[in-house]
Amino acid sequence: MMRKVFDPMTTRDIVLIALFAALMAVLGIFPPLTVPLIAVPITAQSLGPMLAGGILGAKRGALSMALFLVLVAVGLPLLSGGRGGLGVFAGPTAGFLFGWIVAAAVIGWLTERSWRSLGPVTAFLNCVIGGIVVLYAIGIPALAFIAGIPLWTALSGSAPFLPGDFVKAAVAALVIVALKRSYPLVEARG
Amino acid sequence: MIVGLYRAGNSVLHRMRAGVKLVALALFGTLLLSLPSLWLAASALFLVCLAYAVAGFGLHTLLAQIRPLLIVLAILFAAQIWLADLTAAGLSVARLAALVLAAGLVTLTTRTEDLVGAIHATLSPLERFGVDAGKVSLAISLTLRFIPLVSQVVDEVKEAQAARGSRKPVVTLIVPVIIRLLKSADAIAEAIDARS
Repeated sequence: MMRKVFDPMTTRDIVLIALFAALMAVLGIFPPLTVPLIAVPITAQSLGPMLAGGILGAKRGALSMALFLVLVAVGLPLLSGGRGGLGVFAGPTAGFLFGWIVAAAVIGWLTERSWRSLGPVTAFLNCVIGGIVVLYAIGIPALAFIAGIPLWTALSGSAPFLPGDFVKAAVAALVIVALKRSYPLVEARG
Repeated sequence: MIVGLYRAGNSVLHRMRAGVKLVALALFGTLLLSLPSLWLAASALFLVCLAYAVAGFGLHTLLAQIRPLLIVLAILFAAQIWLADLTAAGLSVARLAALVLAAGLVTLTTRTEDLVGAIHATLSPLERFGVDAGKVSLAISLTLRFIPLVSQVVDEVKEAQAARGSRKPVVTLIVPVIIRLLKSADAIAEAIDARS
C-alpha cells in the first residue's frame, strides 16, 4: 500500500492532475447561482473536488486539488469571486480550502473501492461522504478556531450551504457515472 | 491569460526575497495566534498598515484586501461581544485583519514566478524522499496553460449545443467538456514524452 503511494507518476498522470486543477479554476469563473428558496449563492467551484476524486481516483484527485491551492497561494485570483493569494489561507474558510484535498482523496478512495458496481446512487453517496461530511468535519472546526466562535455557531452558519452541496453531489454523481461508461480512468481496488 | 495579484513596485518589500517574506509571514502568524493579547494584535495590525505604506500602497489597496472579509469581521465582532466581551471581540477582529492583510501584502509584493521558485527551492531537498520538484514545476506551468484551454472547450461545447437548439441541464455540458479535455490530455502527454 505504502509502495503504491510512491509509485512514480507518468506524464499522463501529471497532465490529468494539471487539467483538473485548471477545470477547478474555470469552475470558479462561472457566476454563482442564486436560488430563491436558499439564502446563499451556489458556486460551481465545490463541484471540483467531487469530480476530481470521482474521475481521477484518490491520489491524482487529491494532488489536483493541492496543485490548484498552490496556484491560489502564489497569487492567482482563481477562487470563486476572484479571490486568491496567501490571505485566503489565513481567513475563516481556510479549513474548507484544505478540506478540498481530503475530500477529493476520500471520494477517490471510495470510488476505487466501489468501482465495479459504481452506479448513480453509490457515486452520490461517495460524494456526500467525502464532499460534505468529511469537508464540513474539517472546515467547521477550523472556522470555529480561526474566528474564535463556538462550534455550534460555526455549524449553523455553514448549514445554509448544505442544500446546494447536495445538488452538487447529485450533479457530480451523474457526471462520474457517465465518465465511467465513456472514459474510465480509475483502477478498481478492494 | 490570467492576471496575478502582484503589483509592481520598487520598495524594500518588493526587493526582499520571496523565501524570506514567507518565513517572516509564518513567524508573524504563529506569534499572533500563540499570544492572545489585544495590545499585541493591535500593534501588529498597526505595523501591517505601516508596511503597506512602506510598500507604496495607499489606503485604497489596503481596503481592497480586507473588503471581502468585512461581513465576516462584523459578524465575528458581534458574536464575540455577545459571547465574551469587548476585549475578546477587539482581539479576534484585529488578529484576523492583521493576518489577512499581512498575507495579502506578501502576495501584492511578490511575483508569482518568484513564489513558484521558492516552492521549487523548498521541494528540492525532498527529492531523496521521492518528491520530484521538476514534476511539480511542470504541473504548475501546465495548469496555467490549461486554464484558457478549458474555458475555450466550455465555450465550444456551449456553442455546439446552442447550434443544435438544445437548452440542456448542466450535466450535459460538463460531461462532453470533460471527455474532450481527457482526449486532449492523452495527446498532450504523448507530445511531452516524445519531446523529452
